[in-house]
Amino acid sequence: MVEETSDQSTEKPAWQDPAAKPFIQIENVSKDFNGFIAVNKVSLDIYQGELFSILGASGCGKTTLLRILAGFERPTTGRILIDGMDMTNIPPYERPINMMFQSYAVFPHMTVEKNVAYGLKKEGIAKEQIQTRVAEMLELVQMTEFAKRKPHQLSGGQLQRVALARALVKKPKVLLLDEPLAALDKKLREHTQFELMNIQDQIGVTFVVVTHDQDEAMILSSRIVVMHKGELIQCGTPKEIYEYPINRYVADFFGTINLFEGNVSRVDDKTMEVECKEISTTVKALSSDTTRVNDQLTIAVRPEKISISKEAPEGEDLSILKGIVWDLGYYGKLSIYKVRTETGKVIQVSAQNRIRSAERVLEWDEEVYLSWDIQSSVVLTE
Amino acid sequence: MNSNLHQQRIMDILWRRFVIVAPYLWLFIFFLAPFAIIFKISFADPIVAQPPFTPLFNFSVQADKWFYFTLDNYRFLLEDNLYWISYLKSFKIAFISTCLCLLIGYPMAYAIARASPVWRNVLLFLIILPFWTSFLLRVYAWMGILSTHGVINNLLISIGFIDQPLKLLYTDFAVYVGIVYSYLPFMILPLFANLVKLDFDLNEAAADLGATPLVIFRDITLPLSMPGIIAGSLLVFIPALGEFVIPALLGGLDTLMIGRTLYDEFFSNRDWPLSSAVATVLLLILVLPMMIFQHHQINETDYQE
Ligand SMILES: Nc1ncnc2c1ncn2[C@@H]1O[C@H](COP(=O)(O)OP(=O)(O)O)[C@@H](O)[C@H]1O
Ligand SMILES: [Mg+2]
Repeated sequence: MVEETSDQSTEKPAWQDPAAKPFIQIENVSKDFNGFIAVNKVSLDIYQGELFSILGASGCGKTTLLRILAGFERPTTGRILIDGMDMTNIPPYERPINMMFQSYAVFPHMTVEKNVAYGLKKEGIAKEQIQTRVAEMLELVQMTEFAKRKPHQLSGGQLQRVALARALVKKPKVLLLDEPLAALDKKLREHTQFELMNIQDQIGVTFVVVTHDQDEAMILSSRIVVMHKGELIQCGTPKEIYEYPINRYVADFFGTINLFEGNVSRVDDKTMEVECKEISTTVKALSSDTTRVNDQLTIAVRPEKISISKEAPEGEDLSILKGIVWDLGYYGKLSIYKVRTETGKVIQVSAQNRIRSAERVLEWDEEVYLSWDIQSSVVLTE
Repeated sequence: MNSNLHQQRIMDILWRRFVIVAPYLWLFIFFLAPFAIIFKISFADPIVAQPPFTPLFNFSVQADKWFYFTLDNYRFLLEDNLYWISYLKSFKIAFISTCLCLLIGYPMAYAIARASPVWRNVLLFLIILPFWTSFLLRVYAWMGILSTHGVINNLLISIGFIDQPLKLLYTDFAVYVGIVYSYLPFMILPLFANLVKLDFDLNEAAADLGATPLVIFRDITLPLSMPGIIAGSLLVFIPALGEFVIPALLGGLDTLMIGRTLYDEFFSNRDWPLSSAVATVLLLILVLPMMIFQHHQINETDYQE
């Protein structure tokens, strides 16, 4: 269903390989806090070396799920397996997992060095070895010159690195990160995103990252799972989730999307036509086996999938409608148009600027045609 | 309107000055001035007169010297064992009581800090509740509990555990009971205030890094609650060291605490200069731990903000 992007290696990713064994298996896990279901029947497989993101609005149960993985919370039902071993009843200090806390939880009474060394000391590793490993890790997160500092002398970004180093130095099989970038300002966040990816790439540890920021998840992740009110909604690669959201919630969560409600008016074995009253247009979309005439559904189209032109486009598989330019804005390489149809619905379109804005061809109130390909009509049945 | 604004500003400035000066004024009136008087009297000789000591300056014509000053009282303190024994005994009782308060108070403070908010308020209320009765009454109540025919002895005899009543009252034991009972809240409250602020994420982070619950307590909770331990210990140790009522009512004749010695010297012997010297030395003994505390607090702020 999804074509591979060119920068990915030719071999199939683990989650598409039926022979691959998942590294973390979450089996039907629920968590009930005195009647409040924070996590509801979640099942999930995560593979070795993934940078897996758990994405959802605040309060949807992401932290709870992560804490169940780390062992701070016992699931009400279900099991957790890591590398095939049942971890459900193993205390946190015996799990081959480390967690980076949302608050970073750097020990305030220890220096940076002592913080990083703490986990190794608890393992009873020889002193010289601890020293070399701590030094290596501080090098990796570029904190060597701050080794002797106390946490209160560090900035938020530096504390984040200490927390990361402290968790990674134990060479865990899995690192859990709870909103690792949320406490940083925007500029530092973007910079740190790439560092985090680099570090993960260098040491090859499986990362499970919790975030409420969809852009962050899109950039970082090998795969994303979207959570809502304790339940898993959709799991897939960033591209899959962006281009083929399974319902309105996911579609809305990842950026702007145009939604048209309608009824199926014609179906054949591959395609269908959907009568959308709010734009008085027949939209073409791909059908599934279960589609029947008169089904109610929603068509979702991303702004960048829509072409805008002065002349009527032609094509067998195009959905076409007419409107006037209601608003337009130039954002560097991108132009955003808001187009109003005769029925009053405003549709958002974005287009790459091929020509300089001085020579722009579309003006306010101009009549335009919008069109998109049959594959760009995403069918939401909920 | 302009002059109104002007007045307002002057009031503002005066108020700000007052706010800055007020604590110093308080300290001066209620601490430094009385102490200066005591300090002055400690260099006088006792006489049978009103007031019962020689003046430091005497400008009357009969006086042969206009300035009189003696170190006899301090010399006497050094020579007479009674005072050293009293100081040491007070020190020992205050120290052991502080340790007992810490041992009993720490788990209580920890439990309160970890309780749910509703329970926390109930428990704190219970800790403060005894303060609603007079301190003296509560010490008298302990006399009733500990005396020969008191609650404890009656109970032990009625269940057949002992035949003869135990001597509980008028012993060091009774003094320990009294001090620990009376000062326990002063240990619990600062400890609670400290423990309740501790970030529980730190404990979980330590667990995540491989520390078992006991190790977490040793490595994280205990060092981070040190300011609370020190504050609570000083709040118990300092008043316990100079305690008078508890050893006077619950202690035996051999419970020579410095508070009692001071009282006897002052009211029974009417030797104001000597008792002033005793008080001055006591103050010096107390200032030392206070300075240590101050020093620690400064180090503390080092990592808290
Ligand atoms: N220990 C707890 N007791 C009761 N309710 C909890 C507890 N921990 C979390 N919750 C509730 O579970 C829900 C999910 O919390 P959380 O997993 O922290 O959300 P997220 O990390 O996605 O913002 C929240 O509504 C929260 O109030
Ligand atoms: Mg959270």
